[in-house]
Amino acid sequence: MATSIDVSDVHIYYGDFKAVEGVNMTVKARSVTAFIGPSGCGKSTFLRTLNRMHEVIPGARVEGKIMLQGTDMYAPEVDPVAVRRQVGMVFQRPNPFPTMSIYDNVLAGNRLNSKRMSKSEADDIVEKSLRGANLWNEVKDRLNRPGMGLSGGQQQRLCIARAIAVEPQVLLMDEPCSALDPISTAAIEDLIHELKTTYTIVIVTHNMQQAARVSDETGFFNLKAAGQPGHLVEFNSTKKMFTNPDNEATEAYISGRFG
Amino acid sequence: MSTLDTLSPMEAGRLPRNAPLFVGVAALAAGALVVVLGGSLVLGAVTAALVFIIALPLWSAVVENRRAAVDRLVTGLVWTAFAVALVPLIWLVWMVLDRGLATINPEFLTYSMRSVIGDEQGGLYHALMGTIVITLIATAISVPVGIFAAIYLIEYGKGTKMSRAITFLVDVMTGIPSIVAGLFAFAMFALILGPTRFGLAGGIALTLLMIPTVVRSTEEMLKLVPDDLREASYALGVPKWRTIAKVVLPTSVAGIVTGVVLAISRVIGETAPLLVAAGFTNNLNTNPVDGSMMTLPVFIFTQFGQATEKGYSYAWGGALVLIVIVMLLNLTARIVGKIFAPKTGR
Repeated sequence: MATSIDVSDVHIYYGDFKAVEGVNMTVKARSVTAFIGPSGCGKSTFLRTLNRMHEVIPGARVEGKIMLQGTDMYAPEVDPVAVRRQVGMVFQRPNPFPTMSIYDNVLAGNRLNSKRMSKSEADDIVEKSLRGANLWNEVKDRLNRPGMGLSGGQQQRLCIARAIAVEPQVLLMDEPCSALDPISTAAIEDLIHELKTTYTIVIVTHNMQQAARVSDETGFFNLKAAGQPGHLVEFNSTKKMFTNPDNEATEAYISGRFG
Repeated sequence: MSTLDTLSPMEAGRLPRNAPLFVGVAALAAGALVVVLGGSLVLGAVTAALVFIIALPLWSAVVENRRAAVDRLVTGLVWTAFAVALVPLIWLVWMVLDRGLATINPEFLTYSMRSVIGDEQGGLYHALMGTIVITLIATAISVPVGIFAAIYLIEYGKGTKMSRAITFLVDVMTGIPSIVAGLFAFAMFALILGPTRFGLAGGIALTLLMIPTVVRSTEEMLKLVPDDLREASYALGVPKWRTIAKVVLPTSVAGIVTGVVLAISRVIGETAPLLVAAGFTNNLNTNPVDGSMMTLPVFIFTQFGQATEKGYSYAWGGALVLIVIVMLLNLTARIVGKIFAPKTGR
């Protein structure tokens, strides 16, 4: 199910502006990798290049190689739509489809790709995904109600259920808890712990405690100066990053002596 | 509750809650007095409005403070402006009902004007059918063209030279005088078929007027769909065209339908282009590619042009039918909008 991602010498551009330069890393399979760093340092941008969502923005492009299952996902013959089926994504703000019920939201990935399935298959996928996202017990009696009627934390877990319903290899999470209260955040962190047994997870977070709690490896992104491209400063196991980082800037950032 | 000398600063100097009602009744009384003393109805209404706008702030200035007085003055002005804006609408509806209702009877709605002479009973059935056929043609052509153009502008061509050019041309099209659209449709078919007038040409003329409205309103609705939803769909591995068809359009369908219906009700009352392109006739003709076709606005125009008692009454009857159709369309738009609106479950 899960796979690793090899990133070598990746440069990311918005038009003429270079947003991120020279990233090399290996995201391990069945583990949680966290990206931390100040705002505007390119960690979200980099995350979006991992499933080719970056190029949705007009003028945006990527140079370099990102290997997924032995294929360069930026090779000309690769279809971005096929990449996104392998690499799912959860966004900063919960974004369930407003026209769909909870049930249809979970099935959206399958239905929108016009996969044919029987009612019982569909029911199975919905139950399995909602259980996987720790939401089943809360919504099992109102699957036909609109997804927008749930609370913010429930909506975010619905979005996770929707992302895992298509059974991707990798799950990207862009600050999934930043719009949530501590209890919903705890629920989602627990969920990340469970999900990593099946999926490769990459998470961007502004909360360093969160990175320390959930991740196995951590990457620290930083800017040299305002207007300069962001770059990967250090990539190490989370334990090492938070106790004895190799780089001084990492230590300064993590211990709050940044700037 | 509290007597004057024990008022707290927050309670001090407030007019009674029903003060506006009080002043309103007094103002109406003043207006009625003017009418009784021989002033016209309009003078009475103006007096009442003036008394209300001046008296309430004055009273407030004495009892309350400057801010409250200004607040009451502006509130009064806003309400007056609202009432003034409503006057023409209510007047128009009342006048059409008053003059048209007497004309409406089953024969008027089911007879055409074929060989109707003098005071014989005729009707607008031919015009009603013509309006329906021509409007359907215009809708059938301009809705797909308009919606697909808007999809191109918002989803595919954002910021490109092509889309800027299209937006500019759509803006120019919005400003085309309707009679020019009629002349264009007539001239176009005259080049191919020689000078003839028929329903399809009228439909084409209306299409020219309808497309820009449909493009504009659909564009606005598509812009309202958050990019979050598009990205959520892409991230599930859904291709772009399917995202548009299954996520973007369903989310905005209520607004698009409302826009389309409003565009229809705008062109349904066009007279000049239809007179030029579809001509006029007293006979029922439901074949849009053969012979002149009557429509409601042209019916009103020609009946009014007769300058006879019967002509005037038929014109008002036609106007009433036209207004009822437009109102029904608006009602449909609202109901459809309600049905399709995304449900929040709250």
